[in-house]
Amino acid sequence: MEQSEVMERVVKILTPWVKDEAALSQVSMETNILEDLKVNSARLVDVVIAFEDDFDIEIADEDVDQVNTVGDAVNLICGKL
Amino acid sequence: MSGSDEKKRVVITGLGVIAPNANGVADFELALRKGRSGLKHQEKMVEAKFGCTVAGSPVGVDELCEETFREEELLAMNMNHRYAALAALEAWQDAGLARPDYDSDEVDWRSGAILGTGIGGMDTIAEKVVPLTNAGKIRRMGSVCVEQVMASGISARLSGLLALGNQVTTNSSACSTGTEALSMGLERIRAGLADRMLCGGAEAASHYIWSGFDAMRVLNRGSNDEPEKASRPMSASAGGFIPGAGAGVVLLESLESALERGARIHAELKGSAVNCGGQRMGGSMTAPNPTSVQRCIREALADAGIGPDQVDVINGHLTATGADPREVEAWAKALEREPGGLPPITATKSMIGHALGAAGGIESVASILMVEHGFVHPSINCEDVHPEIQPHAASIPHEAMERPDLECLVKAGFGFGDVNACLVFARYRE
Repeated sequence: MEQSEVMERVVKILTPWVKDEAALSQVSMETNILEDLKVNSARLVDVVIAFEDDFDIEIADEDVDQVNTVGDAVNLICGKL
Repeated sequence: MSGSDEKKRVVITGLGVIAPNANGVADFELALRKGRSGLKHQEKMVEAKFGCTVAGSPVGVDELCEETFREEELLAMNMNHRYAALAALEAWQDAGLARPDYDSDEVDWRSGAILGTGIGGMDTIAEKVVPLTNAGKIRRMGSVCVEQVMASGISARLSGLLALGNQVTTNSSACSTGTEALSMGLERIRAGLADRMLCGGAEAASHYIWSGFDAMRVLNRGSNDEPEKASRPMSASAGGFIPGAGAGVVLLESLESALERGARIHAELKGSAVNCGGQRMGGSMTAPNPTSVQRCIREALADAGIGPDQVDVINGHLTATGADPREVEAWAKALEREPGGLPPITATKSMIGHALGAAGGIESVASILMVEHGFVHPSINCEDVHPEIQPHAASIPHEAMERPDLECLVKAGFGFGDVNACLVFARYRE
């Protein structure tokens, strides 16, 4: 799977939890999930479950702790595909 | 009364409702006037082999929620949250108050909420918490289970929705929950601790909530083929209650605040009382102590400064169980009325079933509409009045009655645990 396709799917999964829609329209690999997109930090566990289901992968809790930006999530997922 | 003894007057400036027979106050009033039943056959109750397979479940709620709330909010809202939030938002906007921006940091320190529930997030417990925990799949619960099953989840939802900065809590007292919530809100505003309180109750539609009642054999098993006739308060053929669901929320407001805002006033909440029968003198976990019921009604009237002869309409608890004759007797004694002299006595549950923790909220909305618009809604399905209620049969309205002179309506709710709550609503007069 191309990185661009993973990116597209990651953004789609994040969308329901994003509170700053303007930031979403300019999303890039550098966009911070909590600070820029204003996703509630408590909801990250729901986002991770959605990543696991969508890409049919397993993500360990320690891996989740390393994810800050959209790019971190894309790279983590690409490494597991 | 005068000076410091004078009680602060509290009025109702907003109403909101999600009920089995209507969503929204305008259609609810129409449904009440027409005697429209919201009770329907429930396939899930059949599948689970219930004795009673009829219930009152609000219709079209998910569609309303999608129009009203953000996707992020909806992901965290179970059925109880959805009913509560829709009804509360309607009450808030009905009162002429604006829905705050999510981005604004402005908090309304003088507005709060006391929104109760009886059994609350049982659907989430049954469908997510128990199966996922038993399967060792804790992670799969995600982040939302706690806020959906915590009793205060429904009131917590409102604080985020409306930026409420005063007391925000959830009360629970079984079937008197919603009625008790209004009494608690009245006291808080009278004490000067808040200007506006959203009060009422919510209860999800879930066969997991209803199953325990079916096991107790307190649900009507004899009308499964005629759902709209299944809830039969005060009738000889009443064979138990029909479970209901939804939410009823009213905005209580100090009269000063309402006048200052130029708000439309639906009615006044003149007084209230809550008590418990101590599970003595005939009372038990499941049956009310008749003495405590009468005391509760009398104390509410005294609190309101209303004489027993001034009550124009009764909206009873009246569930369609064997307790109905004793309740009617308690009303007659508390109001000192002989047979033939009881004011019109009606049961909202005849149309919507027993919405448990939401009952007092929804039925208070019905009561306030009757006071404001001067009518009494019919108590349907009791053409065959119970023999013990027969002496008071003339007081039961089978059709809607226009009562433009209606000044005072009393509403009560009684719950498991032998707990009682009573509210006195009056037409607003300067």
